[in-house]
Amino acid sequence: MALGLALALLALVLALVLAVAWRGTGLALGPADWAAVRFSLVQAGLSALVSTVLAIPVARALARRRFPGRGALITLMGAPFLLPAVVAVLGLLAIFGRSGLLNRGLEALGLPTVSIYGLHGVVLAHVFLNLPLAVRMILQGWLAIPSERLRLAGSLGFGPSEVFRHLEAPMLREVLPGALVVIMVVCLTSFAVVLTLGGGPAATTIELAIYQAVRFDFDLGRAAGLAGVQLAIGGVAALAAWGLYRPTGFGAGLDRRLEVAAPAGWRLWGDGLVLGAVTLFLTLPLLAVLLRGLPGLAELPAQVLPAALRSVLVALVSTVIATALALTLALESARRPRGLIEAAVTLPLATSGLVLGTGLFLLVQPLATPMVLALPVTVLVNTALSLPYLYRVLLPETRALQADYGRLAESLSLSGWSRLRWLVLPRLARPLGFGAGLAAALSMGDLGVIALFAGEGQATLPLVVGQLAGAYRMEAAAAAALLLVTLSFALFWAFDAGGRRAAA
Amino acid sequence: MGFSIPDQSVASWRDLMKTRLLAAGLATIATQGMADTPVLTVLTYDSFASEWGPGPGVEATFEATCGCDLQFVPAGDGAALLARVQLEGAGSQADVVLGLDTSLTDAAAATGLFAPHGVAAPTGLPVPYDDPLFLPFDWGWFAFVYDKTKLSSPPTSFEALAASDLKVVIEDPRSSTPGLGLLLWVKAAYGDRADEIWAGLADNIVTVTPGWSEAYGLFLEGEADMVLSYTTSPAYHLIAEADDTKAAALFDEGHYLQVEVAGKLAATDQPELADAFLQFTQSEAFQSLIPTTNWMYPAVPLAGGLPEGFDAFHPVKSLLMSPADAAAARGPALDEWRAALAQ
Amino acid sequence: MLQLDHLTHAQGDFRLTADWSANPGDRIAVIGPSGAGKSTLLAVIAGFLAPTGGAVRWKGHDLGPVAPGQRPVTILFQDQNLFPHLTVAQNLGLGLRPDLRLSPAEQARVEEALARVGLAGLGQRKPAQLSGGQAGRAALARALLRARPVLLLDEPFAALGPALRAEMLALVREVADQTGALVLMVTHDPEDARALGGETVFVGDGRANPPVETGTLLANPPQALQDYLGRK
Repeated sequence: MALGLALALLALVLALVLAVAWRGTGLALGPADWAAVRFSLVQAGLSALVSTVLAIPVARALARRRFPGRGALITLMGAPFLLPAVVAVLGLLAIFGRSGLLNRGLEALGLPTVSIYGLHGVVLAHVFLNLPLAVRMILQGWLAIPSERLRLAGSLGFGPSEVFRHLEAPMLREVLPGALVVIMVVCLTSFAVVLTLGGGPAATTIELAIYQAVRFDFDLGRAAGLAGVQLAIGGVAALAAWGLYRPTGFGAGLDRRLEVAAPAGWRLWGDGLVLGAVTLFLTLPLLAVLLRGLPGLAELPAQVLPAALRSVLVALVSTVIATALALTLALESARRPRGLIEAAVTLPLATSGLVLGTGLFLLVQPLATPMVLALPVTVLVNTALSLPYLYRVLLPETRALQADYGRLAESLSLSGWSRLRWLVLPRLARPLGFGAGLAAALSMGDLGVIALFAGEGQATLPLVVGQLAGAYRMEAAAAAALLLVTLSFALFWAFDAGGRRAAA
Repeated sequence: MGFSIPDQSVASWRDLMKTRLLAAGLATIATQGMADTPVLTVLTYDSFASEWGPGPGVEATFEATCGCDLQFVPAGDGAALLARVQLEGAGSQADVVLGLDTSLTDAAAATGLFAPHGVAAPTGLPVPYDDPLFLPFDWGWFAFVYDKTKLSSPPTSFEALAASDLKVVIEDPRSSTPGLGLLLWVKAAYGDRADEIWAGLADNIVTVTPGWSEAYGLFLEGEADMVLSYTTSPAYHLIAEADDTKAAALFDEGHYLQVEVAGKLAATDQPELADAFLQFTQSEAFQSLIPTTNWMYPAVPLAGGLPEGFDAFHPVKSLLMSPADAAAARGPALDEWRAALAQ
Repeated sequence: MLQLDHLTHAQGDFRLTADWSANPGDRIAVIGPSGAGKSTLLAVIAGFLAPTGGAVRWKGHDLGPVAPGQRPVTILFQDQNLFPHLTVAQNLGLGLRPDLRLSPAEQARVEEALARVGLAGLGQRKPAQLSGGQAGRAALARALLRARPVLLLDEPFAALGPALRAEMLALVREVADQTGALVLMVTHDPEDARALGGETVFVGDGRANPPVETGTLLANPPQALQDYLGRK
């Protein structure tokens, strides 16, 4: 069944690209397109690398330190990832922009100001959006090192560097490739962030070229070709990560709680510095989003509320489906690693939202009025797009589950519903909650597809935010965006906390 | 287990949603037309159809006389509109497309999907415009908008802007109609010198945004001294927010026009209603809604004159390429623009 | 009767063959050098590894197509015999019904089994709150409940001290007596083999030799076993 699902997912992505290609004619990529491909690769690669590398010390500090507010900080880590791109950009600009906090501070000190626009700004924004995701993925790896192994390390008198070499480095080796690929692929299709902060046409991505091909040239063949290039890059990245994967072979522990050793001295100061810096980096722009949105809250137009309800509903349905599918795939993949599944769960991320929407539109239109299917189609796309994150979050855990308890479960005939109820759900509650929270929040923020399908009275909250901003109502748009972010975060928090409670 | 949700469950969660909305006293969802009432479907851009756009007023006024159900289908922004028309092709449910601009009408005409409207050209445009397929319903001048309290002597031309150290935000001509408008503006004003102008502007451009709302948002956040928008933008702040600090810089070389048009789809199953609606777009009832909901100039002069603020920034010269010229200029101008700004 | 019928399991360079049978009630120790294939032998019998040749038969039926949990077999691993997130009682209950919908009578049987292995009153604890010896007892209690005709022990007590290990062996004998099970126990200590009583299979040179009475075997070991035992 899992293989069938993987095939269905692949078929969905490829069929939609083909549907677009079929309506178009031939493809020739010009020098400008290749420049876009190069720039896309560079910005996505850099963004992924910086996010993951910076995430390592943060995750380590969170793993080995206990302090008041630690739980809140970890939860907060979810927030930036859930921001709609345009909202995140405005939040970042309040801090790093031309008249942002940083430059005002520099001016006050008589220092030269810095510009956020350019490749470095794009990377900064992508790091802001994705560093938290990387931290959570790596932190999970840290927490998954069995306490028995840490105790052994303690008894052997391992110092921090030996612990790193023998325990932490193998763990990172297992976790990092997946984190790198997810972030790289998601940055590959980033559109609004790159365009707004890129500073000009030098920062042109494949996604923009697709946009242009569909919007102005109506050259669907070109759009599909570019989408194919994007898919190919995503596919290669997924397979590379699959090839790099090395299991740690730490084996299981007895769920005893034993904290990672917390070395004192300069390492304590270092951890404090890292945590302080990352907290500032993540919270200041969030605070700016909050402050921008508050004034308009009182006079939000009435349309916002039904749109919000619609968004929440779509998010919940998408989450249930995506979680069930991702769990099925991750369990199967843990039993037997398969390139097919890896590709199937990575490619949706590399799919251009516009091509996905256009393809669906072309497929649906002969069968039904697109408007009638607006919400189901949105659920479908949200499911396909959030599944990869869920899968990444679940996979290390299903692998550990299979390695540690696969034989015991088999010997006891623990299968089907019983296995789910007594083994999978209790042992995976934490990552399931986190992953479902991510999926729910992502589904809240999803745009692009609904825009093609929504008719009168079917707009989701992100669409309404865009409509408000498009009609000069920037204050109301900021307030609606704040509502969107708050709802996304509330959903994320509810699932995440639910998972943690179930696991406790 | 499959990917699609069974239809039944879709129906039930929709119903659930509807009951919830009603329970919350928010019965603002679209009412289904009676079975025997003809439906006129108008494909338009989001902000026209939205609650705070002209849509609701236009719908109420037209439905009062047409004996029909007027339904707006929002299709994203202006640039998305033409793509949507082409995607739907002859199978489209839409009868009228409202909101293309004249930089797109050449391509729209080439699709062969539009039928002549047969309505006399409106008289309120600063330049004559008559197209058998596309009927103007509003228009505006592109302009750079600034804050009077921060900038006392705005530039009076592209060359002055390029020579200054002012920072501007513009829209990308590859993804937005104002961006494309600016591209054609520079081309229409400077011809072969356009690339030189762009090269001069390169260090003034803070960034290029995907659409108008991002650019305008950045400007309001203080990221730039000026933003590419319309001469009517300050009127919005004046009327809606009682804020008179915004102004449009008038350029000596003239200002490019955005003319928004409506067209009838040849495959419409409601040709009489579509004609009636196109005629209606030229009426005082329709036109009087335009200034303070769409923040553009009416295509037909209003009996009561223009609202406050709409006369504040009046360029001496209007620029507009013919649809064919605009279509021909776009590709080379885009390459020029890219080469000048990509360094 | 458990029959290893021209059984072969090969993987890469590794190869293990066995061709013998054993009867209900037999107690068979499996000894041999590390890496010789003792655990592999048990894994093939339990169904975690498929034979590459021959067959494992129970009462004449080929067990090849039978899933591990459906085989007439209970296996105790070196570790991970208990799910850490479930209570001891739940861990035992899984031996009766995988869906854990236990009737009052079944719950009573769980309590009884706990009492039998000296864990009365500890049913609500999590495995992490048990000592190593207690965890071994809990696993044996589940074997008692499952009462399968074959009990496979893959060095489950290797980590325990000599006294505890002797205690566990006594408990294994008790469980086997009560269920009439055929016991196959991997060990690296000939004393354990002696203590189990019965026969011993020596695994070496890619072959699991037929069982021989333990005392006889140890008194007159073949060369390979001598090498393993370190005697001249």
